[in-house]
Amino acid sequence: MKITVGAVVQGKSSLAYKTGNWRDQKPVLDIDRCKTCGQCEEVCPDNAVHVIDEVYVIDYDFCKGCGLCAYECPAQAIEMVKEEK
Amino acid sequence: MSYVKVVEGSEAVAFAVKACRPQVISAYPISPQTHIVERLAQMRADGELDAEYVRVESEFSAASVISGGSAAGSRSYTASSSQGLLLMTEVLYASVGLRLPFVITGVNRAISAPISIQVDHQDTMSLRDSGVIQIYVESSQEAYDTHIASFKIAEDPGILLPVMVCMDGWILTHSYERVSFMEQAEVDRFLPPFKPPNFLDEKNPKTWGSYAEDNVLMEFKYSIQKAMLYGKRRIKEIFSELSKITGRDHGGLIEAYRTEGAEVILVALGSMAGTIKDAVDRLRSEGKPVGLVKIRCYRPFPHEDIWEAIKGARVVAVMEADFSMGSEGAVGMDLKAKVCGRPGAPLVLDFITGLGGREVNQQTVEEVVAEAQKALNKELPPAESYWVGLDPSIIP
Repeated sequence: MKITVGAVVQGKSSLAYKTGNWRDQKPVLDIDRCKTCGQCEEVCPDNAVHVIDEVYVIDYDFCKGCGLCAYECPAQAIEMVKEEK
Repeated sequence: MSYVKVVEGSEAVAFAVKACRPQVISAYPISPQTHIVERLAQMRADGELDAEYVRVESEFSAASVISGGSAAGSRSYTASSSQGLLLMTEVLYASVGLRLPFVITGVNRAISAPISIQVDHQDTMSLRDSGVIQIYVESSQEAYDTHIASFKIAEDPGILLPVMVCMDGWILTHSYERVSFMEQAEVDRFLPPFKPPNFLDEKNPKTWGSYAEDNVLMEFKYSIQKAMLYGKRRIKEIFSELSKITGRDHGGLIEAYRTEGAEVILVALGSMAGTIKDAVDRLRSEGKPVGLVKIRCYRPFPHEDIWEAIKGARVVAVMEADFSMGSEGAVGMDLKAKVCGRPGAPLVLDFITGLGGREVNQQTVEEVVAEAQKALNKELPPAESYWVGLDPSIIP
């Protein structure tokens, strides 16, 4: 992909730029403990938590590992683990 | 047809800027730049100038306003000096990266502390690595012509970088000179309306300057250097295109003055070059083979043109009003980096002169030439830089 003059990029193109590699800690969701309350989806600053077939799934292409979801989870179903690269 | 008036240097700049039809002007007062934006404010108030005139609360905002103005697709301008230019620094680097082609007049003034309002080049020189194109002028006429050329240079699709016209405070901004003005129609033909490839548009939203990973940042930085290198050729073409209209030729990236057969060549920027030209004429009339290279465009640095002008000399003496603390003068450094080591290269000496407005007159030039000749006879002790007229007895 070519860079652009002045680092100007077309709007709505952020899905093409995968930013998950910034992460040094990774949230891991234990679906057996998850009460599907949706707090993690609410607080995620990157919209990286999705509901797929009624199950909460973390999108590691965009999750930057901030840990807000793990901090807020009332069921303590999310654990932050060291990212291995 | 063009017309001639005797005006203050600041007024000449204001007239040049007005003729370029700027759409956004930001202003924050600082001596010795103030008369320029005052005159533009007057033009705006009198209905002679159709521009958004934004009074801001700091130079950081002054730069931010023209950065935003330029991003929105408006031809934008401001002027500043000294501490004001330093306060703009962060915004200038960012504007270079965003490739925003506004024009700034950098009215040269010393930097505190101790406070001084007098001229030297320390302020603009400390911005030399930013990617802002820098053009130094010798006279009010050259300031007028260069401002008109600057918008065209900045907005060239292959360049798209801010341009700073560097102009000596007081010596140029506050003295009255005969200046020849262009007709508005001539300026309009030379400088078409600003049409940037990208501009902020709510109907077509784009992201500006978003995060760049290490896999692309070097390429972004090199693309600025590429624009600079292309600029070396394009700036000369634009200067010569303007010369054809005005009939005035200030030179290309440099002006070589009586360098043919010169044994000693002085190198200088700004109004100091005028004094040196007179000194060169006098020394030449006494049979001394001395010449001058005036650097007009300092960034991009025209080392190829300088080399062509100095390669026959035995010694090159830079006279500059700036200093890179802990090393030597910036222009001396540039020249030594680009000249030393080439086969047959002349000896390059760096003379620091005129800091804080200390007078540089013909006697100063003759002193420097005498020192350069001493160096040729190996009678001058080697030094990174020679501080001219320094009084060591008052230094604690």
